[in-house]
Amino acid sequence: MTVAAEGSPPLRMAGSRRSPLLQSEAVQGLALISPTFVYALILLVLPILVVIAHSFWTQNYLTIDHTFTLENYRIALTEPIYRDLLWRSLYISLTVSLLTVALAYPIAYFISFHGGRHKSLWLFLITIPFWTSYLLRVMSWKVILGYNGVLNSGLMGLGIIDEPSTALLYNSSAVIITLTHAWATFAILPIFVSLEKVDRTLVEAATDLGDGPLRSFLRVTLPLSAPGIISAALIVMIPTVGDYVTPKLVGGKDGVMIANAIQAQFGKASNWPLGAALSVTTMIIVSLMAGATVLVIRALQRLAR
Amino acid sequence: MTAIKRFLPGWLPSYAVLYLLFLYLPVIFLPIFSINTAATPKFPLSGVTLHWYEDLPHTPALIDATWNSLMVGVSASILSTVLGILAARSITRYRYPGRRAINGLIMAPLVLPEVIVAISMLLVMLQLGLSLSLFTVVLGHVLVCIPYSMTVLTSGFEGFDRSLEEASADLGESAFGTFRRVTLPMVAPAIISSLLVCFTISLDEFIIAFFLTGTEATLPIYIWGQLRFAAKLPGVLALGTLLLFASFVLMTTAEILRRRAARRTQNEGGLHA
Repeated sequence: MTVAAEGSPPLRMAGSRRSPLLQSEAVQGLALISPTFVYALILLVLPILVVIAHSFWTQNYLTIDHTFTLENYRIALTEPIYRDLLWRSLYISLTVSLLTVALAYPIAYFISFHGGRHKSLWLFLITIPFWTSYLLRVMSWKVILGYNGVLNSGLMGLGIIDEPSTALLYNSSAVIITLTHAWATFAILPIFVSLEKVDRTLVEAATDLGDGPLRSFLRVTLPLSAPGIISAALIVMIPTVGDYVTPKLVGGKDGVMIANAIQAQFGKASNWPLGAALSVTTMIIVSLMAGATVLVIRALQRLAR
Repeated sequence: MTAIKRFLPGWLPSYAVLYLLFLYLPVIFLPIFSINTAATPKFPLSGVTLHWYEDLPHTPALIDATWNSLMVGVSASILSTVLGILAARSITRYRYPGRRAINGLIMAPLVLPEVIVAISMLLVMLQLGLSLSLFTVVLGHVLVCIPYSMTVLTSGFEGFDRSLEEASADLGESAFGTFRRVTLPMVAPAIISSLLVCFTISLDEFIIAFFLTGTEATLPIYIWGQLRFAAKLPGVLALGTLLLFASFVLMTTAEILRRRAARRTQNEGGLHA
């Protein structure tokens, strides 16, 4: 491309002196980013294309039959077990993202508006638990919620309950609690960033014009921080729908999610095309749900103004 | 600057403290029960012991897993930081069409379900005839580490004053001299910070390692295997505590370095902004 730029006719060169320069900047920039870009192409884009291709094929014992078929999608969407797992995964990821955002908003607000000199210390304190191993955090919830766990033995010690409750662990609530904890930081940060961008003079103007603190919050601060709420919701929703560790460790039989079924297709069941179709279906449906969430938040934002 | 009261309900500060407790409490139980004499983690605590820690160095499988994790972590952090430096420098220094799209693609692993990323890579690797090993784990870890490396490095590179390099060249430094005496000292903290962040992520990462490894286990895979046995739990808690502590130290160092880097280039962008 550089050669082409240098070899362009002198007539055009004279016309726009900046054009070759700009082009060479583009070439340099692209050349510099290309190794990383190619890496992402080979290990992310290509694999996803391969998964999509597999979802239209059939597992034939040890070989793959490459004839185009929609059978895997029919199974993924109509077979009760997969349909139920998919619904439950969507329900759990939606609940977790709403819960996480609702719990995270006040703390992000607090840090942004009242953090004062300690803003970065607060942010640091909030990120630290997130950097610890995800597996270990899930494991500690298992320790807390278990039959002989911290919560049960603690409550029994305090005389609040007489015998250990089995309702804490091995159900979808346990999965929801654990995921809400695990993704907290991811929700706080985008909300915090968008709250930092809220023009403080607008809030003052609203107050000057007679809005009470609650009203000016609802009509100015909250709608202006909608972009942060949207990214927080999406950042939590999309990855949690495919969570594998949490349902496996604390979900029990009633907390199994779609990722566990996908893993089984690549492991024991050894039906790659079905596993691929389940993955693609999950991604498409969660993207639709994410899109709907964005629309709902935008509509609410318009209403608030 | 007027005396207008910003909306601060009375409950907010106490909520903030409670929220921090919610974030920290689960993690704190690991160290507490790792020094408890009883094999099941429950209250009241039965006594203090370091017994579970003393057993750790005598478990050959654990030693192997530790070495594997260290090798994977070091390779993944170096590779992803090198790729991160190239991309971050390109994004912060140059303007070109498709810049945002390429950046979006590179950052995508951050917001995709890990299981789906892992099985897609697994499929391609098996198709390419690569046999699963620690090498394939490194390849996978690099992909998920690059977005974090990019975030750390972009905040370090942004606001990097090019006129300093030009001044150095004008004053007679060679290109290499300029790089060594001007560029490197300014970006070095960000680079070290990126290495530490990526190492920590690789050390703690489970899903991708779980799918892409052959027979060798990394530490999280070792822990996963031990979780099936209730009797092994205290040992796992002890090991987990050590891992927590390592992550904590590494990430605190990384954050301090990142801030120093951001201050040097006069930019207070956040690690997560």
